[in-house]
Amino acid sequence: MKPRHKRIIFVLLALVSVGAASALINKAMKGNLNYLYAPEQVLAGKAPKDTVFRLGGLVKKDSLKRSDNSMEARFVVTDNRGNEITVVTNKILPDLFQEEKSQVSRGKMNDKGEFIAEEVLAKHDSEYMPKELEDVLKKEHGPAPVKVDGSEIPKMKGQKL
Amino acid sequence: MKINWFKYAAPMNFYSLSGKSIPFFWITALVFIATGLYWGFFKTPDELDNGMKEYYRIIFVHLGSVWMAMWLYIVMVFWAIVGLVFNTRLSFIMASATAITGALMTFIGLVTGAIWGKTSWGTWWDWDPKLTTFLILLFIYIGYIALQSAIEDTRRADKASALLALVGLAIVPIIYYAVNCPDPTQCSSLHQESSLKRIEPNIMTAMLLTTFGFWMYSFAVILMRARNIILQRERKTTWVSKLPEVNQ
Repeated sequence: MKPRHKRIIFVLLALVSVGAASALINKAMKGNLNYLYAPEQVLAGKAPKDTVFRLGGLVKKDSLKRSDNSMEARFVVTDNRGNEITVVTNKILPDLFQEEKSQVSRGKMNDKGEFIAEEVLAKHDSEYMPKELEDVLKKEHGPAPVKVDGSEIPKMKGQKL
Repeated sequence: MKINWFKYAAPMNFYSLSGKSIPFFWITALVFIATGLYWGFFKTPDELDNGMKEYYRIIFVHLGSVWMAMWLYIVMVFWAIVGLVFNTRLSFIMASATAITGALMTFIGLVTGAIWGKTSWGTWWDWDPKLTTFLILLFIYIGYIALQSAIEDTRRADKASALLALVGLAIVPIIYYAVNCPDPTQCSSLHQESSLKRIEPNIMTAMLLTTFGFWMYSFAVILMRARNIILQRERKTTWVSKLPEVNQ
C-alpha cells in the first residue's frame, strides 16, 4: 500500500467518525434541547418549578393590558387550543410584539399560576411578504394554523403537525 | 486532453494565474454587491406582513455572510483534505487563506444578527440553538487560525490545523439542521426557520445578488491572501526574487 492510499483511508475514517459524531449530537439535541415550553407542557407540570424557563406561544387576541401608573404589562399566551397562561412583565416589549403573533418569554411561575417574565422576546417567521398582499391572502384562507408551541406554521409547506 | 492539475498546484504557476483573475473577481463582487444593495434598499417593500419594518433590510448582509461562513468552512476542509492526502503545499495555503475570510463572515453574520435581533426580537443575544452553534463555528475558525500560527514549523502547523478543520466539520450539519429543522415540533427556537418558500421576489433577487457578490469577494480576498502566503513561504526561491513586484 502506497503512503498516499494510507492517507486516503485515514481521511475517510476521519470523515466517517466526524459524520457519526455530528449525527449523534443532532439526535441528542432533538430529545434534550428544551429551549422553550409550550403552555400545554407548563399546565401539565412538565416545566421546571422554581427555576427560570422559557415560555413560547401566541399572544392571545385582545389580551394585552398595560398598567396606567407603572411599566407592568399583562397578556395571555395561548396555543389556540385552549391552553393559556397569563404573563406579567415590567420590561419593555419588543417592536415586533403583537397580539396573535409568536413570543418567547423567560421567567418563573408564581403561586397564582402566572408567569413572571424577566424578558419578553418577539418571534417571527421566515416569510418576507409585503403587508398588503398578505392581508388579502389571509382574508381568503383564514388565520394561520399554529404548532404545538404556539408559533405560526409556515404556510404552503405541507408540514405535519 | 489530460489536464495536469499538479502544474497549477505549483505555487509559482498558481501565483501568476491567480494574479490575473483577481481583478475579475473584484469587479464582479463590487457590481453584484452594489446592485444587490441598491435593489434591496429601493425595490423592496417597506413593511412586511410579519410586522417587520425597514430594518429587516439588514437581511441582505446577514444572509450572504452566514451562507458564506458555512460554505467557506466546507471549502477550507476540502483544501485541508486535499493537503493531507496529496501533501500539496498549495492546498494548505488555500485552507489557511480561506479561514480568515470564513471567520470574518461568521463575525459579520453574528453582528448583523445581533443588531437585527435587538430591533425585532428585543435582544442582542439569546442562547438559542441556532445562535449558539453559529458562535461555536466562530470559535472553531479562531482555533484553526490560532493553531496554525502557534506552531513554528509550517509543515507541522499545516497538518495539525488541517486535522482540526476536519474534526470541526461536525458542526456544519448541526448548524444546518438547527436552522433548517426537518420537524419543527421537535426543535422550537427563537430564530426562524430558513425556508425560502414565501419570499417577495424583489427581496429574493436582492438576497441572491448580494450573496453572489459576497462569494466573489471571498474569491478575490482569498486568492490575494494565498498569494501573500506564497511569497512569504517561498521568499528564498529564485522565482520569487525575480518577480518585478519584489524587486521594486
